[in-house]
Amino acid sequence: MRRRDFLRNAAFAAAGTVFVPAFMKPFEALALDELSLYKNLVVVQLSGGNDGLNTVVPFGNDIYYQMRKNIAIKPDEVIKLDDMQGLNPNLNCLRELYDQGWMSIINDVGYPNPDRSHFRSMDIWQTASDANQYLSTGWIGRYLDSNCATCNSPYTAIEVDDSLSLAMKGSSKKGIALKDPAALFRNTNEPFFREMINGDKEHLDEDNLGYLYKTMIETSSSANYIQNTSKIYQPNYSYPTTAFSNQLKTVSKFICSGLKTRVYYVSLSGFDTHVNQNAQQGRLLQQYAEGMNAFVKDLHQNNKLEDTLVITFSEFGRRVAQNASNGTDHGTANNMFLFGGRLKKQGIYNTAPNLGDLENGDLKYQVDFREVYGTILDKWLDVNNGQVLNKRFNTLDFI
Amino acid sequence: MYKTIIMDRKDNFLNIKHLYNRAGFGIAYPDLHQFSKKRLSKVTDALLNPEKPITDLHTVTRDEFIAQQALLASLGTKKEQTPEEKQQREEITKARNEKSRDLNIAWIQQMMATDHPLREKMTLFWHGHFACRANLPYYAQELNNIQRKNALGSFKTLLLEVSKSPAMLDYLNNQQNRKGRPNENFARELMELFTLGRGNYTETDIREAARSFTGWAYNKNGEFEFNPKVHDEKEKTFFGQTGLFDGEAIIDMILAKPETATFICRKLYIFFVNDTPDENHVQELAAYFYAQKYDISAVMKKLFTADWFYAKENTGNKIKSPVEFLVNMSREFYVTYNKPQILIQLQTSLGQYLFNPPNVAGWPGGKNWIDSSSLMLRMKIPSLVLNDGILDFNGKADPEDEAVIALNRKPRPRPVKSYINAKADWDRFLADLPKDMKQAELASFLLQPAVGTKISDLVNHNVNLKNTAIAVTSMPEYQLC
Repeated sequence: MRRRDFLRNAAFAAAGTVFVPAFMKPFEALALDELSLYKNLVVVQLSGGNDGLNTVVPFGNDIYYQMRKNIAIKPDEVIKLDDMQGLNPNLNCLRELYDQGWMSIINDVGYPNPDRSHFRSMDIWQTASDANQYLSTGWIGRYLDSNCATCNSPYTAIEVDDSLSLAMKGSSKKGIALKDPAALFRNTNEPFFREMINGDKEHLDEDNLGYLYKTMIETSSSANYIQNTSKIYQPNYSYPTTAFSNQLKTVSKFICSGLKTRVYYVSLSGFDTHVNQNAQQGRLLQQYAEGMNAFVKDLHQNNKLEDTLVITFSEFGRRVAQNASNGTDHGTANNMFLFGGRLKKQGIYNTAPNLGDLENGDLKYQVDFREVYGTILDKWLDVNNGQVLNKRFNTLDFI
Repeated sequence: MYKTIIMDRKDNFLNIKHLYNRAGFGIAYPDLHQFSKKRLSKVTDALLNPEKPITDLHTVTRDEFIAQQALLASLGTKKEQTPEEKQQREEITKARNEKSRDLNIAWIQQMMATDHPLREKMTLFWHGHFACRANLPYYAQELNNIQRKNALGSFKTLLLEVSKSPAMLDYLNNQQNRKGRPNENFARELMELFTLGRGNYTETDIREAARSFTGWAYNKNGEFEFNPKVHDEKEKTFFGQTGLFDGEAIIDMILAKPETATFICRKLYIFFVNDTPDENHVQELAAYFYAQKYDISAVMKKLFTADWFYAKENTGNKIKSPVEFLVNMSREFYVTYNKPQILIQLQTSLGQYLFNPPNVAGWPGGKNWIDSSSLMLRMKIPSLVLNDGILDFNGKADPEDEAVIALNRKPRPRPVKSYINAKADWDRFLADLPKDMKQAELASFLLQPAVGTKISDLVNHNVNLKNTAIAVTSMPEYQLC
């Protein structure tokens, strides 16, 4: 048993009282919160359908070069990970994380009867539904609804954005969307807002009006908590100046300041590369990799990487063959990236896509994305995945 | 005696206000004052049977659509296109994207201006019921016009016309539904979402219905055209009966099931009465709807004249959808949008982008509209729109816009701040109100939930009615109707 694990267990055993054995003196000064019993999940969404085959390049497979005459990444440009797959050169910044054992890649993640509409497929990924099922709640939202021991505060899930994704909406509980904690704090502390929520609680029992007041009160207390907790922390790591990196910087600030939030959600959009793909995708991948490099190293420096798991997904991959405009059209299965300090299986998780065995020109999935979610729910967020995913999914052993 | 009349007048005043909030998008004070002298049934009749002609949307003309289709056909699908051909294609795509936005604005502005609010409200209901994302603005417009034309007519005609519209044939893949290679998408959604609801049909019924709809397609001019060559003419067994069914026969058999009337009436109840349906009331409506052979106008009259529609538990308790909220406020204060594109930004930010429902099941509605950020924004919008402020808030990019974002060189090209550039007609709004109106009375007029002491106290110290109006529309109570 490692020291940290022992401390965690000791803290649990003490059942609410702060009990630290005497021989643990050096750690005594640490407040319980700083031990972060709250393992964090950070979800990074790449919107538009990122082309997985030019992200993790199967340079060892001739079919790749035959089907992508103008847009294939040349073997000598690929950052080779094994003798089959390597990274797009614009992901150079991920190399370092990969070598540290902080990154793994799951190939061919998808679902049965894949849908090629952005909207529908994003819906399916966010709600964790079957392809022919329409759910109005997201998978993280239902995790909040499950009311598990560590997910019952209104700030359990935070999306760093102006508006909240479907993934974060449950039926009785929802995540909170905010770009700037200070701005939300100002808004909820305006006199008019205070007057509305102060005083009588007569409406709280009423159905919809009660729900509105409850939402206001929770927003206000979350805004206070998030602002007051995070403002003390002074970020000491330098990030690139892109909007995506800013989102990650905000997440890092929340994590490092010890916010009791379990799920963070950020996104980067523009991956729908039908035309002249390489330049566009390259730019985005570079923004992504530079941001992730800073974020992971920042967390590591603050001893939070062990408590953090980052996943990256996109609503679908793209067709194996390129199109006539030096781009690619909507496809199916895609790779997912994982980052963290406690990955069980580092590097490439499963076999590379089989380009010789396609379905109508598309990759067949090896792993259902709900197995990835299921693994995270079971092993990282400590809730039975069947309760959240509406049926039980097998777990994988990446964590 | 005198007191009873006063009470009746007051009840009638509240009932008509409730009716117009649910059946329309609110009511102007002078209209309310005048209508409250009439009997409620008369007011309902007027709402249902106006002599006004129906106003179609006509953002995209048929000629324009056909010319574009012809031009695209002449460009072909050649692998190697000349730069000119490529540019022509791109220009058409660009023009269509612009028209899609224009169409959205045209409809929401029609809702704001219409003198037939029930027809637009019903169109909004059918827009969510027959939810569809059309790939061409002309198809989206035509589907919307079908929903408006039949909004208060026969549900059977509406269902047939929707099912034959290029927008729906395309969206639910009936173009690909052919003899020997059936595509079940349309047949499944027809029963699951448009008519019967889950649990009232089998997988066999779906398969057989799909076979019956083979050959339902549209031609290059965007007109329905039955294609006998791909129609499966063999026998089908549907709901246990065997015959040479075609699509219309399937629709008749679906309508013959009372479950269809129940399913539609439950959705009407949830949309117009209460998020939580009272099954007795739903059955009451459904039996009548079925007996009246799916006459929508008849069932709506039944709903709007039912005692329970005016019961306390059914008033002031429905969360306005983002579009209802925007239209309601804009009508209330006679708002002119000098830069109407802001209406799209407001819709996307609040989570209801007309013509772009999340999926074929439509917007989930009710509490789903509200989370911390959407509520904060809703409470801020009145002061921005009514005072011409700056909106520093962006909704998420629509996934369908990702290709456009991909073509932009700069990361996150969307504007961060936008001037609302709208003007409320305060003179007109204030002139509508009684001269001696008290602050709390204005609050009671603008809000549907009952105004308690907290709100009265909050507005009583205001120096004028304009300040009160802005304060009241910024309250959580204003989110309800």
